[in-house]
Amino acid sequence: MYRIRLFAVRHSRAFEWLYARLETTMVALDPLFARVGYGRIERPIAAVERVTKGLLFDCKMCGQCVLSSTGMSCPMNCPKQLRNGPCGGVRPGGYCEVKPQMRCVWVLAWDGAARMKEGSKIRDVQPPVDRSLEGSSSWLRVSREKAARLREAREASRTTIAKAFPDARAHEPAVAPLAPEPPAANQAGSKR
Amino acid sequence: MSEDQQLEFEPRLPSYDEPPPGHVSGSRLERVLRSGHFAVTAELNPPDSADPADVFEAARPLAEVADAINATDASGANCHMSSIGICALLTRAGHGTIYQISCRDRNRIAIQGDVLGAAAMGVRNVLCLTGDGVGVGDQPGAKPVFDFDSLSLLRTIRTMRDQGTFLSGRRITSPPRMFLGAAENPCVEPLDWRPERLAKKVEAGAEFIQTNYIFDVPVFERFMARVRDMGLERRVFILAGVGPLASARAARWMRSNVPGIHIPDAVIERIEKSAKPAEEGKRLCVELMQQIREIPGVAGVHVMAYRREHEVSEIVAESGVLKGRVPERSRTPGTD
Repeated sequence: MYRIRLFAVRHSRAFEWLYARLETTMVALDPLFARVGYGRIERPIAAVERVTKGLLFDCKMCGQCVLSSTGMSCPMNCPKQLRNGPCGGVRPGGYCEVKPQMRCVWVLAWDGAARMKEGSKIRDVQPPVDRSLEGSSSWLRVSREKAARLREAREASRTTIAKAFPDARAHEPAVAPLAPEPPAANQAGSKR
Repeated sequence: MSEDQQLEFEPRLPSYDEPPPGHVSGSRLERVLRSGHFAVTAELNPPDSADPADVFEAARPLAEVADAINATDASGANCHMSSIGICALLTRAGHGTIYQISCRDRNRIAIQGDVLGAAAMGVRNVLCLTGDGVGVGDQPGAKPVFDFDSLSLLRTIRTMRDQGTFLSGRRITSPPRMFLGAAENPCVEPLDWRPERLAKKVEAGAEFIQTNYIFDVPVFERFMARVRDMGLERRVFILAGVGPLASARAARWMRSNVPGIHIPDAVIERIEKSAKPAEEGKRLCVELMQQIREIPGVAGVHVMAYRREHEVSEIVAESGVLKGRVPERSRTPGTD
């Protein structure tokens, strides 16, 4: 709904906070999601996402959400579907060129971004929309990718240690690998 | 026709030369701008015709004063001869061209192919535009494409040129050497964010900017002051858009029917009060060019004289912005 969408942009900072919490939760749930199978939960989660974001942001389910980089104003509501707006046709008062009764999505976006903690992300050049992702859950994709990135980062630090210490085992433990303590020393300690 | 005459056909092709050092395309527009001259570009009114003579006819009044001629891509969503067709013809006559691409009508597959085609035809400047909505044009029932926006288009062509690959990563054996341009509209909302968006366009790959009509010099001056604060004028050549107004009625019509045009009431009143409105419109355009030239950071003007192309050379001459410089034509057909 248009009025709720305007509300969301006015409170972009609160929604940014909310979104950050949602992401942390989803990333934490990654092992569970992986066990159940991302393919299996895709449809129910996408359905929830469609209803929630549809109500709040007039979400069009492009499948590659950029709300946190666009001041919580969904760029897919721009009739030209700009990912890096606004265009040069904005009407006096900040109204849309194509739909004169609607506030320009991108005028709202820059204003919304100015209220956000990480609003400067609006200055990043966004890639074109990948149309093959339409209808899929962006929440799952983002959290899954982030979880994978975190895993990779952990793996990288392990590999670094393994390279630094050629005798180290590559996969466990995460901290610097140490030789197991001789059992005799252990026993001696416990006796004391 | 005898058989050996048929077999003798062999097209004479210009060589695909490397650009001079420090240049990305080597187009005349790029050379003029990089050598610090005040550049002039002009917009060609594309014919509703398939006759090449009509293209050359339309280019004639612009060629003597313009370093490059813009061929619009169905501007205002109205159907005309394609930009790539016009550019291909103009390069044959040795004119510098600016190939305009609007994201409204073609998807990424078509656009990347056309960029290669244009480069092969000797086009060395490209202007990346989002495009007006289909609703304002002569075919409002058309499907709006908008697969790219102007920024992703800029980044894509830059990738093709500098990385030598399509967006898919597939290799291009001989990359398109294009001087990358974008539009900007400093006088319409959101005024505060316009310089920020310009910065984003530069980040995406823009090397020159052609603005929409500037009729409100104080607003443009504020824009340029912010641009200079951000140091953008050192990273991109800014050409300010100007054009003669034919009458007060035409100005009012443009303001309410053409997207993105801001004309202050004072300007319209000045033309309305004049006994010869067309003359006054011309004089106003000359004055605007002279004022704009003095603003630090402006590298040239872009003259858009829709249906008044015959006045362009006179206007440019009167304004004195070329300082006696005469734009050259390429001696090798099919090159810029």
